[in-house]
Amino acid sequence: MPAATAEPVQLLSPDGVRQDASGDRARHAELVSGVGAEQLRERYRDMAMVRRFDAEATALQRQGELALWASGTGQEAAQIGAARALAAQDHVFPTYREHGIAWVRGVDPLQVLSLYRGASHGGWDPTASGFHPYTLVIGAQLPHATGYAMGVQRDGDVGTGDPARDTAVLACFGDGASSQGEVNEALNWAAVFQAPVVFFCQNNGWAISSPASRQFAAPLARRAEGFGVPGVQVDGNDVLAVEAVVREAADRARSGGGPTLVEALTFRVAAHTTSDDSSRYRPREEDELWATRDPLTRVEAHLRSTGGADDAFFDAVRAEGDELAARVRRGVREMSDPEPLSMFDHAYAGDHPLVAQERAWLETWIATEPEEAR
Amino acid sequence: MSTQQFLLPDVGEGLTEAEVVTWRVAVGDVVTDGDPVVEVETAKSVVELPTPFSGTVVSLLVPEGTTVDVGTPLIAVQTTAPSVEADHPHRPAPVAPTGQGGSGREGGAVSAVEHEQEAEREAVLVGYGVRPATAGHPARRRRTVAASARNGAPAAAAPAAPSRVPSQETGRPLASPPVRALARDLGVDLTRVPASGDGGVVTRDDVRAFVDARVDLSSPPPPRHGAGPGAGASVTEPPAGDDVLVGGVPMVPAQPRETRIPVRGVRRATARQMVASAFTAPHATAFVTVDVTRSMKMLERIRGEREFRDVHVSPLLLVARAVCLAAARHPGINASWDELAQEIVVKHYVNLGIAVAAPRGLIVPSIKDAHTMSLKDLAHALGDLVQTARSGRSSPADLSGSSISITNIGVFGVDSGTPILNPGEAAILCVGQVKKKPWVHKGKVRPRDVVDLSVSFDHRLVDGDLGSKFLADVARVLERPDTALRWA
Repeated sequence: MPAATAEPVQLLSPDGVRQDASGDRARHAELVSGVGAEQLRERYRDMAMVRRFDAEATALQRQGELALWASGTGQEAAQIGAARALAAQDHVFPTYREHGIAWVRGVDPLQVLSLYRGASHGGWDPTASGFHPYTLVIGAQLPHATGYAMGVQRDGDVGTGDPARDTAVLACFGDGASSQGEVNEALNWAAVFQAPVVFFCQNNGWAISSPASRQFAAPLARRAEGFGVPGVQVDGNDVLAVEAVVREAADRARSGGGPTLVEALTFRVAAHTTSDDSSRYRPREEDELWATRDPLTRVEAHLRSTGGADDAFFDAVRAEGDELAARVRRGVREMSDPEPLSMFDHAYAGDHPLVAQERAWLETWIATEPEEAR
Repeated sequence: MSTQQFLLPDVGEGLTEAEVVTWRVAVGDVVTDGDPVVEVETAKSVVELPTPFSGTVVSLLVPEGTTVDVGTPLIAVQTTAPSVEADHPHRPAPVAPTGQGGSGREGGAVSAVEHEQEAEREAVLVGYGVRPATAGHPARRRRTVAASARNGAPAAAAPAAPSRVPSQETGRPLASPPVRALARDLGVDLTRVPASGDGGVVTRDDVRAFVDARVDLSSPPPPRHGAGPGAGASVTEPPAGDDVLVGGVPMVPAQPRETRIPVRGVRRATARQMVASAFTAPHATAFVTVDVTRSMKMLERIRGEREFRDVHVSPLLLVARAVCLAAARHPGINASWDELAQEIVVKHYVNLGIAVAAPRGLIVPSIKDAHTMSLKDLAHALGDLVQTARSGRSSPADLSGSSISITNIGVFGVDSGTPILNPGEAAILCVGQVKKKPWVHKGKVRPRDVVDLSVSFDHRLVDGDLGSKFLADVARVLERPDTALRWA
């Protein structure tokens, strides 16, 4: 079992230089050896589109079109890297900030915004994309992920050797959630039953206003050892390194090797959500330091210095981002309010007498006092 | 072509109002959907609002420095593109739930009266929680005219009919938003920049030329929003010119007769806290004058010691230590009144609050577990606390949880005062200036270092007996520092 790495895994330095693939790094470099210039351009495009989308969503919140927005800016490499390491049949249990993973899994950005507008309870069908609903209760999705993974085991979709069948589950959480009991319970349960889960922590340094130093006294990745699973720390702003590390962990899960704890070190550039002001609790020096480690800048630097992309490419991506922003803006403003009765649709999988009673009550009220009910 | 209004949205979860800090655009400016047009300050932060329309700015409906409710029209834009919502106010998104109030349902029926009732919404800061008083018992009040009038002079709060504020009237120079942003970044006051553009518009080149010429070196920088209680102040100008004669002498129009300062931020918070404290806790104050010559000599000795070389050693440090020692002897002074539970909460720790005049006003950060600290640790903690507070960087954690406080008014060169309690605490010690006074010492009048101490206490839970004993003990430690040895 590989021990938690002393240094976070990094394959692309902040100035865009692909790191020497010898020694400890060889294993991870090999896992992304198929990522050439073309694939790196795709990953850059993913990150740029998600960042543009994020900026538009922030503006829409400021215009009063969204009730809230949780910005993912700064965490693009962690999310795109992880999502790109997954297979089509894999499942993701996200927090509420996984916009980059949603993008790669094919969830329409407008569906994500419908949740933040309060126009939907979920926004998308998790069975279509393998991307489960955003979970706002901190850490609650981890037991779900472990439970789902144990279901995968019982379906026999682990360790068959069929690459289109073996399934891994990506369980997303943050540094703050690591203090939740259920997160640790999910880890323990998965470890004991060797469930095919990749525990993917994006340690962005801050749980709203609490620094990560108040969540754990030792690097989170080292906690893995106590649970009896491999733990690895990765430069979360290096899309290549994250992809390699998550690919290794997901391969292990699919082959029946059990769970892995991945800690991606990254930074939340904006505030926790549009409802707080990070300048009130986070030292500005931290913002300045992380600005030098931007996930997009390093890929751009690498592509430019190696001739992998030119101005025309970056201009095209920018234009495409603006188109996406315009579509999102238009789509959000045209979003209709949900049917009130739809709130009962997914409360339970089947019929439930209390839900039926409440539904009938609301139906009557709407019918008799439509103005009041609105 | 149609005119559309952008209404102030709830930009946080459950905010009810915001103050317009700075307009980034002026009447006549061409704006594009998504351009930041105005900066507003909420209870949570200062945020830029982008316009949801493209077109020409017709009017700015709220003057800078004005606080308005969510839903108030901010700006009118004449749009160029055909719009589905022509001539209708822009509809803000559904308001996020605040977790307070809401209409309860009893027996499956909702009465009309209940629906008219609406919990009075109060801004909830994410990560800061709600105030204890509202957390357990959401106040449900009927919204009435009286309720809104109670909040202050209606005229000052929100103009019933927002007036158009064209740039000519406000004296705002004409410039596009990017040029305004540039000027702001460079610290240039646009009103001072000569305009070369058509119709008197200040261009980017004008701003750059102005900076290059360094014309502005001696002028004060433009006011920074929210920098202090004076920011956003308006002045009442007397009518200009020779129409005004006072006793036959023309008044100088440049000298305003009154200044009106909007109450907000720390000022408003302080006012609220002080009113809450003064009218909840019956205050009583006790005084003592004490000879602290021995303490001052001890301070001199400490300052000369190696291990105290890097730290500021002040009389306040000894007072802080004395408060910790005296509080340990009289636990009832370091306590709070729990109205809800009808209990007195005695603290077995000292989180020592220190009143500090910070850039944005009075704040009371506290030293956590000060009772466990050595004199040296306390000196460091005190130095850090004051420095952090003065640089305006005290965290919410610093500013909460104090159990007993000290206010040092001696730094202002005065002797004594009757402080108001930091809400939730039972006592606050007030320290005057230390000065040489004639004092009877060993039967003779000698010049001695003397200071006045006073303590205000909450008479609900602290009687004169306890308050006086506590104060006398603080005084005893300062008069005879060796007392501390005997107590420890």
